[in-house]
Amino acid sequence: MRPAPRSSALWLSSGLLLALLYLLPHSAGLFAWLFPEVERPLYTQDSFASLVLAHLLLVLASSLIAVLGGVTAGLLVSRPAGREFRPLLDSVLAISQALPPVAVLAIAAPLIGFGEWPALIALVLYGLLPVTQGTLAGLASVPDSVLDVARGLGMGRWRILWQVELPLAAPVLLAGVRTSVVINIGTAAIASTVGARTLGLPIIVGLSGFNTAYVLQGALLVALLAIVADQCFDWLARRLSPHVGAEH
Amino acid sequence: MTMLELKAVNKFFNGWQAVADVDLQVAAGELAVLIGTSGSGKSTTLKMINRLIEPDSGSIRLAGEDIRSQPPEVLRRRIGYAIQSVGLFPHWTVEQNIAAVPALLKWPKARIRERVVELLELLHLPAAQYLSRYPHQLSGGQQQRVGVARALAADPEVLLMDEPFGALDPVTRGTLQQELLRIQALSGKTIVLVTHDIDEALLLGQHIVLMDKGRVVQQGRARDFLLHPANAFVRDFVGQSDVGVRLLGLDTVASRMRPQQQASGEPIAASATLREALSAFVARRVSSLPVIDAQGRPAGVLHFADLLPVAT
Repeated sequence: MRPAPRSSALWLSSGLLLALLYLLPHSAGLFAWLFPEVERPLYTQDSFASLVLAHLLLVLASSLIAVLGGVTAGLLVSRPAGREFRPLLDSVLAISQALPPVAVLAIAAPLIGFGEWPALIALVLYGLLPVTQGTLAGLASVPDSVLDVARGLGMGRWRILWQVELPLAAPVLLAGVRTSVVINIGTAAIASTVGARTLGLPIIVGLSGFNTAYVLQGALLVALLAIVADQCFDWLARRLSPHVGAEH
Repeated sequence: MTMLELKAVNKFFNGWQAVADVDLQVAAGELAVLIGTSGSGKSTTLKMINRLIEPDSGSIRLAGEDIRSQPPEVLRRRIGYAIQSVGLFPHWTVEQNIAAVPALLKWPKARIRERVVELLELLHLPAAQYLSRYPHQLSGGQQQRVGVARALAADPEVLLMDEPFGALDPVTRGTLQQELLRIQALSGKTIVLVTHDIDEALLLGQHIVLMDKGRVVQQGRARDFLLHPANAFVRDFVGQSDVGVRLLGLDTVASRMRPQQQASGEPIAASATLREALSAFVARRVSSLPVIDAQGRPAGVLHFADLLPVAT
């Protein structure tokens, strides 16, 4: 029998996040003691819970688009018909990754205005590369012999894709999605510079007002959120691949 | 009856001719072996039979029917397929792997389970123990047994095997070769097997097809290859210096022994090949061996001189 997936790290980190969310509004005294030079030691313009929610929604929306787009692009260029577009896709993704997120925001904001939309665009662009790379690497990791036999046994193209290629590519593909989401949780904080409501708000307000307490409060939550998301994927990855069992 | 017929089949890859004017007939219930060095076109020929590769010209008929008369997926479900690297689906259990084609053919669940168990028993893998294992929990030999079981699952008309035992150690390979002969005798399946191993070809092949540079150089029975090689290439391929020993490998002790006689000493099985008998003569330094039948009863005596065939 294989041991049940360990999920203690997931419980620990999410418990910590919930505890922090509950305790932060009551921690004015602590931060006043830590940062005596700061006039208002606790960020109170928005509730932290609503910022976490808004942050998550933005990450979720952008990651969903990035995953759909990235997996589709990866699948298309790995089919015989789309193979010639592979170099094009590679360079487009390389360019999108080379642009710093702040630059994307700076270009997007004047064009489509401030708020959630430029943030969404920047995050989608950022999330695409790891997902596409994960999809391509995952599909490439499927042994040729398995595909040869799948065809030889009389499976059709779609069946091979759904029942053989995608399940076997899933662990590597998921690793790409994991990277993408975790990066986006961090990057989403920057999106507050163009007026998106995220956990970056206390950080940016704190940075511009020399309020280290605000920066710390926002950063703690962003970091914990990223750890929780990472642990979620870790758990999912172990649930997803029962066939790579104890022997490896 | 001819089960499989290739006529004037050609295949080019980027202008290079991989298969040239191949004519081939395999009778129903026959085990045909395609043999040749790498690049001889033997695997390409095999893959054209289940349309993994489409020939550029020529015709291929399965049970009298042109293989292009139905979609490739439908054709392939009528043809078993096993390859050297096995290619078991790593995320499926042994049962799911073997059930792959029956599931495609939408057999009822109970019938699939019954068939899978039957095949596992046929290949000496106790079902209770192996049904729910994953491929990575099996040894190489066990994986290839499952691969063969999967190829046989839907009771295909023809079984194609691409160097199925090439990656196995000699002991496991020998065992599986014997099992293939047993399964073939039992089921009467038509089998086309590709190999580069001349001993495997001589052991398994009822009809042997030697290919070189895409062409068939010689085809026929094992004995013809050894006694009447068509040219120097064939002579080299069957191993000039070993021809005598290999000829002995084609006949059994039973065919040359003297049934009325009796002798003492360590016996040899009547079903053993003369090659094994030769080895026993030399190793034991004797000039005659008592022979026993499958039940262990004395069946006669084999003398060293009997190894030489009576002149015909």
